[in-house]
Amino acid sequence: MTDAETKELQAKDKMQVTTPAEQTMPGIVFTPAVDIFETDKEITLLADIPGVEAKNLNIDLRDDTLTFTGIIEPAEGADEEDILIEYEVGTYYRQFTLSEVIDQSKIDAQLKNGVLRLHLPKVEKATPRQITVKAG
Amino acid sequence: MIFRRIHYPTFNLRNRFEELERMRTEMDRLFGQATGSVLSRPAAGVFPLINLTEDKESYYVRAELPGVQAEELNISATGKNLTISGERKIASEGDDVRYHRREREAGNFSRAVALPGDVEVDNVEASLVNGVLTVRISKAEAEKPKQIRVK
Repeated sequence: MTDAETKELQAKDKMQVTTPAEQTMPGIVFTPAVDIFETDKEITLLADIPGVEAKNLNIDLRDDTLTFTGIIEPAEGADEEDILIEYEVGTYYRQFTLSEVIDQSKIDAQLKNGVLRLHLPKVEKATPRQITVKAG
Repeated sequence: MIFRRIHYPTFNLRNRFEELERMRTEMDRLFGQATGSVLSRPAAGVFPLINLTEDKESYYVRAELPGVQAEELNISATGKNLTISGERKIASEGDDVRYHRREREAGNFSRAVALPGDVEVDNVEASLVNGVLTVRISKAEAEKPKQIRVK
């Protein structure tokens, strides 16, 4: 999708997580929309997680499984009453299996305007070195 | 489910259709619960979906707009109507990237919300925090609840 392309955005219901293994979390759990793309050097993941503060976002990479969980604190004040509710809020959860080997020490995550941007640099391939044998 | 056959002493055609209609509504409701959908469908079906709440002083309109910059958002209030419009842009990531998933969408949006009561259009505040827009609109003086003392 390029900048020049302008179309009308369609209202969509959030995708709810339905697998039994994920029901340990309280409340409703949603699957955020993501973009994942890669270059030769890194994999980048973009996820729409509106309402999640940086401190409530948990990113976990174990072996080749990447998991992120974003918990939302309710935005409504204590004495507010609902008139019309079109969307629900809940935890965002998504898990990915990464095929490439990721350099865990260089992972970088940014959260801006409700969009998470995760840079996952690939491990630099061991550069071949010439070994010279010294004559003793 | 309670069978209310006793209330239909005469089984004429009209009553049967009413009963069918009632059963259909009931089934829709039950299936809606079974599929686990939180809401049956978006009330307006127009992006962005909004939540409207109120307290004694104000109405609050909230919408999830991840990735939308404040300067690309246009909010106007006229009479009882609030309009939220703008554009969600997704910048190009270059030509040499290979996409695995592409679920996020960009585009224009415009949504009008009719507020249930009169408001003071001069007293509107909007904030965009972590991709969630909150618009607070003060209720008109006549709409605010008054405490009535019992003598």
